[in-house]
Amino acid sequence: MSDARSTTVLQRFAPAVAPVVALLIAAVVGDVLILAFGQSPADVYRLLLDGTLGNAYGMGQVIYKATTLAFTGLAVAVGLRAGLFNIGAEGQLAMGGFCAALMGLWLPAGMPGVVAIPLCLAAAGVGGAAVGAVPGALKARFGTSEVIVTIMLNFIVLALLNWFVSTRLHVPEQLHTPEIQAGQVGRLSSVVAAFHGSAANGMVLGALLAAGVVAWYLFRTRAGFELRAVGLQPPAAEAGGVRVGGVWFRALLLSGALAGLGGTNYVLGYKRYYEEGFAAGAGYIGIAVALVGRNHPVGVLLAAVLFAVLSQGGLAVNAMVPKQMVDVLTAVVIIAVAVTVPEVQRLVRNVGSGNSPS
Amino acid sequence: MMVLAFLVQTLRIATPFLLAAAGGVLSERSGVIALTLEGWMLTGAFCATLGSFYSHSAWVGLLCGIAGGLLAAGLHALATVRYRADQVVVGIAINLLAAGVTRFFLRLAFDSSSNSPRVTGFDWFTGGPGTSADASRLGGLVSSLANPLVFLGIVSLPFVAWLLSSTPFGLRVRAVGEKPDAAVSLGVGVARVRWIAVLGGGALASLGGTYLALEQHQFTDSMTAGRGFIALAAVIFGNWHPRRVAVACVLFAAAETLQIQLQGLQLVPSQFVEMIPYVLTIVALAGVVGRSLPPSALGRVSD
Repeated sequence: MSDARSTTVLQRFAPAVAPVVALLIAAVVGDVLILAFGQSPADVYRLLLDGTLGNAYGMGQVIYKATTLAFTGLAVAVGLRAGLFNIGAEGQLAMGGFCAALMGLWLPAGMPGVVAIPLCLAAAGVGGAAVGAVPGALKARFGTSEVIVTIMLNFIVLALLNWFVSTRLHVPEQLHTPEIQAGQVGRLSSVVAAFHGSAANGMVLGALLAAGVVAWYLFRTRAGFELRAVGLQPPAAEAGGVRVGGVWFRALLLSGALAGLGGTNYVLGYKRYYEEGFAAGAGYIGIAVALVGRNHPVGVLLAAVLFAVLSQGGLAVNAMVPKQMVDVLTAVVIIAVAVTVPEVQRLVRNVGSGNSPS
Repeated sequence: MMVLAFLVQTLRIATPFLLAAAGGVLSERSGVIALTLEGWMLTGAFCATLGSFYSHSAWVGLLCGIAGGLLAAGLHALATVRYRADQVVVGIAINLLAAGVTRFFLRLAFDSSSNSPRVTGFDWFTGGPGTSADASRLGGLVSSLANPLVFLGIVSLPFVAWLLSSTPFGLRVRAVGEKPDAAVSLGVGVARVRWIAVLGGGALASLGGTYLALEQHQFTDSMTAGRGFIALAAVIFGNWHPRRVAVACVLFAAAETLQIQLQGLQLVPSQFVEMIPYVLTIVALAGVVGRSLPPSALGRVSD
C-alpha cells in the first residue's frame, strides 16, 4: 500500500465513508421491516420520496423539521468538538421554546417583529444556555461527567416545565401556553405560496445563519481553535496554555444556546405557543444528526435534511407500513455510524502507515 | 394498615428499579455504561407480552422477556465490545431502537399503536384478573406480592453483590472495569468478561420490564416511562455498590409511593417528587456530599 494517491483519496473521503455505509445498512434493515409487513420495499421508498421531496407541501415540512434538527445537531456537534457529549439537547430545546414563549407573551402585543423577534430569540438562547450551564459548571469545577448530568437534567427540565405549564400558565384543558402576541416569525408560504399549509417558516434562515456562525467560530476564531484543541487532547491543550475548564463551560453554554434556539422554530414560527412535549425527541435525533454530519456545520445541515426526510417520510408511508419504521432506521443509522467510524479510522491508519488492513 | 399498604406499594414500585439497577451494576462494574437499561427493560416487557399472549403462560412470557433482553444486550455488546463503538452513542441509539421496534411490532402483531390485548400474568392468589381495583384493597395488595418477579427483585442486588465480591467471575468483572490492561496481563479476556456482564445485565433489566408488563397484563407504548433511567440514577447514587444501590432503589420507590398516597393533600407538586432521583444523582456526582466515583475504566474502549 505504498500508493500515496490512494491513501490521500481514502483519507479525504474517509469522513463520508461511515455515513454512507450506515445508510446502506439502514436501507437493508428497512427492506426487512417492510417485507415483514408484507409490502414492497420499492413502493414504500418511492412513496417516501414522493411524499417528502415530490411536492411543495412535503418539502415545506422537510424544511420545517430540518430547521429544528439543524439547531439540535449543531448543539451536539459543538459539544463533541470540545470532547463533550451533550445529551441534554432535548431539555434545552424545550426550555428555549418555553422562554421564547414567555418573552412573546410578556412583550406588548403587536410589537414590531424587528424588535420582538430578536428579543424572543435571545430569550430562547439564554434559556437553553442556562440549562447547558449546569453540566458546564459541574464539568469545569468538579470534572463531573456531563453525560449523566445532561440526561438527568432532561427529566428535571421537562418536569419543571410540566409543572409550570400545568399549574401556572396554560389555556384551560390544554397543556400549552396562550398564543404569543409578539415575536411571531412569518411562514415561508407568505413568500412562496406553494408551501401553503406546511409549517416551514423564517427560522430556516436562522438555522443557516447559526451553521455559518458555528463554522466561523470553530474554524476562524481563537476561542474555536481552543475548543477543538481541548476536544482532541485536553492535557496537550492545557500544556499549551488553554484553560480547559473554561473551554468546557463555554462549549456547553454555546451548545445549550443552540439547542434552545431550536425551540423557536415551533414556538415562534409554527404554533405560536409553548406546548408540552413539542420537542418530541428532536434533541436525541440531534445526536444522530451530529454523528452523521461528522460534527461539521455543513455536514450537520445535510444530515438534518436527511433525518427530516425520514421523519416526514414516515408519515407519508404510514398507510403502508407503521411510521415507527423510521424510528428504527434512525437508531440503526446511529449504531452503524458508531460502529463504522472506528473501523474506518483503523483502516485509514493502517493504509497510511503502510500496513495492510487486517 | 397505612404503614403496611405503604410498604407493599413501595416494594411493588421498587421491583423494576431493583432488577434493572442490578443489571446496571453488573454492566457498569465491567466497564460498559448502562445507558440502555431503559431499552433493555422495554424490549423485555414487549417480548414477555408476546410470549405470554401466544402461550397463555406467564412463565413462558418470563422466558421470552429474558430472551428479548439478551437480544438487545447482545446487540449492545456486539457494537461496543466487539466493534468498540462509543458506548454513549450506542446506548442512546439502542433506547431509540427499542422504542421504535416495540412500536413497530405492536402494530404488526396486535394492529394497535397504543397497547396489546390482555395477557396472562402471575395471578396466584388474586384468582384471575389482578387489576388496580383489586390492588386498592389491602388483601389484594399483599397477595399481589406473590409474584416470582418480586422475589427475584428482592434477591437480585444481593445476588450481584455476592457475584462481584465472592466469585472468580466477579473478581474478573471488577478487574476489567477498573484496570483492563492489568487484567489482560493476568490472562483475563476483557471482551469475554464484558460480553457476559452485559448479557447478564440485559437479562436482569429485562426482568424489570417483564414485571411491569405481566403486572399490568399488557404492553403499552413506552410503558417503562423512564424507569430505566431512575434505575441508572440509583446505580450512580448508590456509588456502584450493590447494597447502597438497593437502598437508593427503595428510597426512590418510597418517594414515589408517598407522592401517590399524598396526592389528595397537594403538599408538594408531583413534578417535584419526580425530580428527586435525578437531582440527588447530580448532587452525588458533583460530590457535594460523599462523592460518587465510577469504575475507572467505565466507557473506555479497551483493545
